[in-house]
Amino acid sequence: MRIVAEHLSYTYNAKSPFETAALKDVSLTIEEGEFFGIIGHTGSGKSTFVQHLNGLLRLPSSMKKYRPKKPKKGQAPLPATVLKVGDFDLTDKKTNFRALRRSVGMVFQYPEYQLFAETVRDDVAFGLKNFSEEKLTDEELDSAVRAALEVVGLDFDELKDKSPFELSGGQKRRVAIAGVIVTRPEVLVLDEPAAGLDPLGKREIMELLHRLHREWCKTVVIVSHDMDEISENCTRAAVFADGRVECVLPPRELFRHAQRLTELGLDVPLTAKLCALLQERGIEIDCDFTVQDFCAKVLDYARSHPKQGGGRA
Amino acid sequence: MKDVSFGQFYPVDSFVHRLDPRLKILFLIAYIVAIFLATNFYGLAACAAVLLLTVVAAHIPLGKVLRAVRGVTFLVLFTAALNVLFYGGETVYWEWGIFCVSFEGIIFSVFLALRLVLLVVCSSLLTYTTTPVSLTDGVESLLTPLKWIRLPIHELALVMSIALRFIPILTDETQRIRNAQMARGADFESGGIIKKVKATIPILVPLLLSAFRRADELGDAMDARCYTGGKHRTKYKKLRFTWRDAVAFLVGAALVTGVVLMRIYLSAPY
Repeated sequence: MRIVAEHLSYTYNAKSPFETAALKDVSLTIEEGEFFGIIGHTGSGKSTFVQHLNGLLRLPSSMKKYRPKKPKKGQAPLPATVLKVGDFDLTDKKTNFRALRRSVGMVFQYPEYQLFAETVRDDVAFGLKNFSEEKLTDEELDSAVRAALEVVGLDFDELKDKSPFELSGGQKRRVAIAGVIVTRPEVLVLDEPAAGLDPLGKREIMELLHRLHREWCKTVVIVSHDMDEISENCTRAAVFADGRVECVLPPRELFRHAQRLTELGLDVPLTAKLCALLQERGIEIDCDFTVQDFCAKVLDYARSHPKQGGGRA
Repeated sequence: MKDVSFGQFYPVDSFVHRLDPRLKILFLIAYIVAIFLATNFYGLAACAAVLLLTVVAAHIPLGKVLRAVRGVTFLVLFTAALNVLFYGGETVYWEWGIFCVSFEGIIFSVFLALRLVLLVVCSSLLTYTTTPVSLTDGVESLLTPLKWIRLPIHELALVMSIALRFIPILTDETQRIRNAQMARGADFESGGIIKKVKATIPILVPLLLSAFRRADELGDAMDARCYTGGKHRTKYKKLRFTWRDAVAFLVGAALVTGVVLMRIYLSAPY
C-alpha cells in the first residue's frame, strides 16, 4: 500500500491557549515495500503524523476546511489536503476505519504497557478477534498466534498460558509486537521500537523488523530519533522539524547534510561524524554511512595512500 | 490526546488569577452560602451579577465557562423536571395521578436550576484560575488549625496535590492506551452497556498497572530525596494577602450581607 499525504496540517486544542500546531502543511509519499524512517526532535510532529496513518487522529470532522477554500480576492486558493493509504481515502468520513486499521498495524512507544490479558495467547489473539468478521475457532486462533509468536522469536508452547506480566522486558515487547502483527497488516508502523532497550536488545529488535519486512509486512515505517538506527536500516528517511518535512532522502544522501541536521537539534550517526572530521583534514570518504561500508572505505583509503600513514587517518 | 478536560487550570494572567488561593476558597464558600440564602430572584440576580463580574475579571472566555455547565445539563434538567412534577403547590395548571404542575413548582425548579448552574460555574472558576499547587497550599493553610487535634494536614495536602498532579498524566496515559487498543481493533463505542463495560478492560488493566508503577517510582524518588513529611518544611511561594484580596473580600462580604438584607426586606418576587 502506498501512503500519500499532501498538505496535511493538524492542530491540538485549536482555539485555546494550549493550541499547538503539530503538523504544518506536510506532504510525504511512502512507496509500497519501503523500510521508511521518520526522524525528528521531540515535538517535531513525527508521532502526530504516524497516528494519522490508521485514522487514530482524524482530520477534523468539518471536512469543509480540507476542501479548497474559495480564494479571497488576490489570494491563491489553498491546496486541498490529501491523505491516502492504499485505496483508503482518509479525508473521507465514510472510510471503513476498521478495515484500515487491520491493514495498517501500529506499534506504539513502549508497547509492553498495553498488555492486559491473563495469558500471552489471549493478548496476542485480541486484535485477531476484534478484526475478524466471524467467530474464529480455537484452532484458527492458536495457529495464527503461534505463527505471530514464532516470527517475533518466541515459543508458543512455552508461553501461551503464561501471564504476559511474568515475562522479561524484551519478551513483553515481542509479545506486544506479535499482538499487532497477528492480523498480518500490510503496513507496519512502529513508534520508537527500540526505546529503552540495551544495545543487544536494540539490535535484536531491528533484526526482527527486517525479518518482518521480508516475510510478513510489505511496508515498514519506523519513527526514531536514533540516527544510527535509521542509517543502518532504512531505505529512505524523512526529517521532521517543527511540524514540517525538512527533506526526504536515502540515508546515504541524508547524512551528507550533517551540519543542517545538527542545527535541527538532531544527532548524526557516528560514521557521519567521523566522515566530517576526516573531511576537515582533507580526506574525502564516500560511504553510505553504515559501519561496515565506512570501515571498508577507510581501509581502502589508508591502503591507497600509504604516505599519509594509517595512523593519521 | 492533549485535549483540555473540564475544570483544568486556564493559564492567563488576571485579577482573579492573582488572588490568594485561601481567599478564593473562602470566597467560594461564602458565595455558595449566599446562593442558598437567596430566597428570591433579587438575591439570585445579585449572585449572578457578582459571578459575571468575576468571569470578566478572570479573563476566561464565556464559552469555556459554559462548557463547565454543559457537563451538568442533564442533572439540572432532570432535577428541574422532577421538581416541576412533584412539588405540589396551590396554583395548579395540570394534574394527572401523582403528577401536578403548579405555578409554585415551576418557580421552585427554575430557582433550583439557577442555583445549580451558579454553583457549578463558581466552583469551576476556582479551578480555572488557581493552579493545583496553589490550591493545595491554600487548603493546607486553611486547615492548619486542625493540626491541634492531631490531623496530619500536611500529608493530606500532599496527597491532594499528588492526586491533582496525576490527573493530566493519567488522562494522557488513558488516551495512549486507548489508541493502542483501538489500533488493535478494539471498539469502545458500539454495543450495549455490558459490552461497553467489558470493552474498557483492555484500558483499565494497563492503566492501573501504570498508576501503581508511577506511584512506586514517585515514592522511591521522594525517599531518595530524604522526604520525611511536614515538620520544618518551608514554602517556595509564601502566600500573602494583598489589596486585591481586600477588594475580593469586600465584594464577598457585601454579597452575603446584601443577600441577607434582601431576604429580610424584599419579599416579592418569590
